[in-house]
Amino acid sequence: MNEITCECGHVNPEGTVLCEACGKPVEDNQHLNGNENQALLNMRYDGSARRSQTYNRTFIDKVWNFFSSVKVGVWLIVITLIASAIGTLLPQEMYIPPGSDASTHYKDQYGLIGQIYYQLGFHNLFSSWWYMLLLALIGISIIIASLDRFIPLYKTLKTQKPKRHDQFMKKQRIFGKTESDSIDMQLMKENLKKNRYKVTEEDGSLFAEKNRFSRWGPYVNHIGLIVFLLGTLLRFVPALYVDDFVWVREGETKMITGTEGQYYIKNEDFILENYDENDERFQEAIMRNGQPVPKTYQTNAVIYERTDDIVVGKDPELKEIKEAQARVNHPIKFENYTLYQASYQQNEFNEMTFKLHDMDDEDSSYGEFTIDLNDPETEYELDSGHVVVLGSYFPEYELDDGKPVSVSKYPRNPAFVFNVYPPGESDGEPEVSFAGIGANVDGSGENEFKVGLVDFDVRDVTGLTVRKDYTLPFIALGGAIFMIGVIQGMYWNHRRIWVKPKDNGVWIAGHTNKNWVALKREIEKSTKGTGIEPPVDQQELKD
Amino acid sequence: MGDLSAISSNLLYAAFVIYLVATFFFAGAIRDKKSTSPDRIGKIGIILSIVGFFTQLGYFFTRWGAAGHAPVSNLFEFITFFGMMLVFAFIIMYFIYRINVLGVIALPIALLIIAFASMFPTEISPLVPSLQSHWLYIHVTTAALGQAILSISFVAGLIFLIRQVDQSKKTKQTFWLEFVIYMVATTLAFIIISSVFSAFNYEASFEAPVEGQPVEITYEMPAIAGPFDGELISDGAMSPLFQAPEWMRGVDAAIKFNTMIWSILGGLVLYWLVRLVVRKRIGSALQPLLRKANPEIVDEVGYRAVAIGFPIFTLGALIFAMIWAQQAWDRFWGWDPKEVWALITFFFYAAYLHLRLSRGWQGTKSAWLAVGGFAIIMFNLLAVNLIISGLHSYA
Repeated sequence: MNEITCECGHVNPEGTVLCEACGKPVEDNQHLNGNENQALLNMRYDGSARRSQTYNRTFIDKVWNFFSSVKVGVWLIVITLIASAIGTLLPQEMYIPPGSDASTHYKDQYGLIGQIYYQLGFHNLFSSWWYMLLLALIGISIIIASLDRFIPLYKTLKTQKPKRHDQFMKKQRIFGKTESDSIDMQLMKENLKKNRYKVTEEDGSLFAEKNRFSRWGPYVNHIGLIVFLLGTLLRFVPALYVDDFVWVREGETKMITGTEGQYYIKNEDFILENYDENDERFQEAIMRNGQPVPKTYQTNAVIYERTDDIVVGKDPELKEIKEAQARVNHPIKFENYTLYQASYQQNEFNEMTFKLHDMDDEDSSYGEFTIDLNDPETEYELDSGHVVVLGSYFPEYELDDGKPVSVSKYPRNPAFVFNVYPPGESDGEPEVSFAGIGANVDGSGENEFKVGLVDFDVRDVTGLTVRKDYTLPFIALGGAIFMIGVIQGMYWNHRRIWVKPKDNGVWIAGHTNKNWVALKREIEKSTKGTGIEPPVDQQELKD
Repeated sequence: MGDLSAISSNLLYAAFVIYLVATFFFAGAIRDKKSTSPDRIGKIGIILSIVGFFTQLGYFFTRWGAAGHAPVSNLFEFITFFGMMLVFAFIIMYFIYRINVLGVIALPIALLIIAFASMFPTEISPLVPSLQSHWLYIHVTTAALGQAILSISFVAGLIFLIRQVDQSKKTKQTFWLEFVIYMVATTLAFIIISSVFSAFNYEASFEAPVEGQPVEITYEMPAIAGPFDGELISDGAMSPLFQAPEWMRGVDAAIKFNTMIWSILGGLVLYWLVRLVVRKRIGSALQPLLRKANPEIVDEVGYRAVAIGFPIFTLGALIFAMIWAQQAWDRFWGWDPKEVWALITFFFYAAYLHLRLSRGWQGTKSAWLAVGGFAIIMFNLLAVNLIISGLHSYA
């Protein structure tokens, strides 16, 4: 360590630009802040000794210097900014229609641009390793750049003395000399105090300072950002975060996925309400919309807790803990879980009742059978002795290239292939027919019997997101610290005024980190009646 | 009820006119003439601005009463509110720095924004479930206020640039300054063209395939670019000069594309008309009018606006947004384009502050950054709503 002893007697650390105590420029270090041949001193970080400006030998020094550079930080921000912008040009993979394949979707929808977008990984930009890396680099840059500046700046502002070196005074942006023998320093002091400055004295020199805490704002908000980023990382700890989804049909009681079998939910009723088209307030807007505008999505639910030990296959003993409604914007909260109204399916088929009759006589009947669509049996024996075997079941039937398929396991458009065996002929060839909503096809064209739909009943299904998130407090804390820091740094200004008696009058200088107009105004107010002439803005003169 | 919403729209008209008059007073206050007292004229200007602001607040609350929810739920309402916040932000900055020249630029921009807003459907719309929350007005109003204060830095930046950019020769700076002015002309052209055609109830209907289904698409301006594979079915309407490219899917995409072409052409016409009259770059013609502005102070106003606006923007557009998103959509962040563009705005102004505080970017550089920031805010306000999602076929 090559310490620097100033002529005022203060011992400064290596790399100091302006003496911590008196502000005298350290001759050999002026290049660090670009002060050579300049009329004014660069006052950033008060000329304190920053590690990044002092050492550049070892590998660690180089890494430190790289990350502590604001230039590097801004470049990281700009690269992230541009990448994010590109990431919004086409929808992210999570927003493309469910079921579509990303590898073909982008090409089909957006042509060559889509293909390139997909190949470069922009379709999943925000969870890509390199976007994460950018955020991590920003995080590292924030930590190192803050440490590099905060520690020396804190030391310097703590060490500063009221009496400043002439060189320091003269090279301040706000500076003035008054030559007069009738100067009222006492009044000046009082005026400064009246303007809520903290005034200290040394050998007749006055030093007035206010709002030093605002200088810590940037470092506080950077701490907030780090806490926030760490909070988002906590998501990857499984015990802290549950994200699951449960479909519950009306009337059904179901285990809530993600709660390890501990909680159950019963869907009493799902309500979808639309705005009244005749409401005169909204008539015009609803007309323009062309279809009903939804007003409410709501699930009336009962939450149960399982009270017995969890044994596979054993029916649970349930204790009601809460009756509640989940609406959009008003989730159900219980214990540490939250249930969000996220989706719904209206009019899902519950049961369908069929009748076996003669092909050419709808009024004849060989008996009826009812299929529970969520738990269909493999065969149904009718009163007449006929047996209907469920050849195939398509819960959500669609024709794909002429072949019947089911696009989901949810009974939204059920269809069946029935094999009908007359009484006592269960070994013979069955009559095959196909039945669905609005479709009934005779397999051979020579069928004697027909399976006709006589009744069905439907119900709604609600889709709820299940969340448990212990990381939220950290994230909220990070956000709060950030806000405090940013307000502290932005809404207050660190202002300093130095008055130094000279043989034939006084010198006055002022500095602030921002909002110079207000500083000038305050100095003008404080000098009133003291005989001290208001200083000038040397930067303005220069222009 | 109907009365309330009628009162509300009248108040908005009144506010518009008052802002317009206030602009003229500010313009008078910066004239170089020594005979009149600029301070007194400026004072009338600011009083009118405040009166206009309260009139528009009247619009806001009467409409709130009529709708039963805060009128910030669709593009018309939000952009109007943004215009109102811009006036509010201007008033605040005026009282900190007392410079009249700010009003000469800030008020016309607010006027343009409010006029622009009313080109969108203005009827009161019902709130869909995801918007039914107090966070609607907490989040939206704070975000809009933040954006508006940040926009004042653009106003200051523009004044700074018009005042300072060397107009004696053609440079990159003069080009981009003209480009900014041209963008203003484009906005104005859009407003004029839309108003004219809607006054004549112009309509041209097409039948065009959307996702394989034939759909009727109705233009409210003559179609320069018709929908892809569209067939004109209205009588007496102009047939399109060419078709929109195939990748512009959705009912509205081609309409928006056509509107954009009209605005760009209209902007060119307006711009060159003025330019031919003044016979020099418009920036150069405006320069002498702003001679009285002190660039030092204008630069500080620009910076101050960012210093005040950045925390408010962060609070409203990111933090409140996250709290609401957590409640409504079960995640506080979902990388939705609107969210990402709010983050981009945040990044941009964070970069602005770092460049200014640590790397000494002041004056011209800082002013150009402020212009860029405003472009991002406008992009988030308009393009994200109208283009990015518009291309995906929902309005």
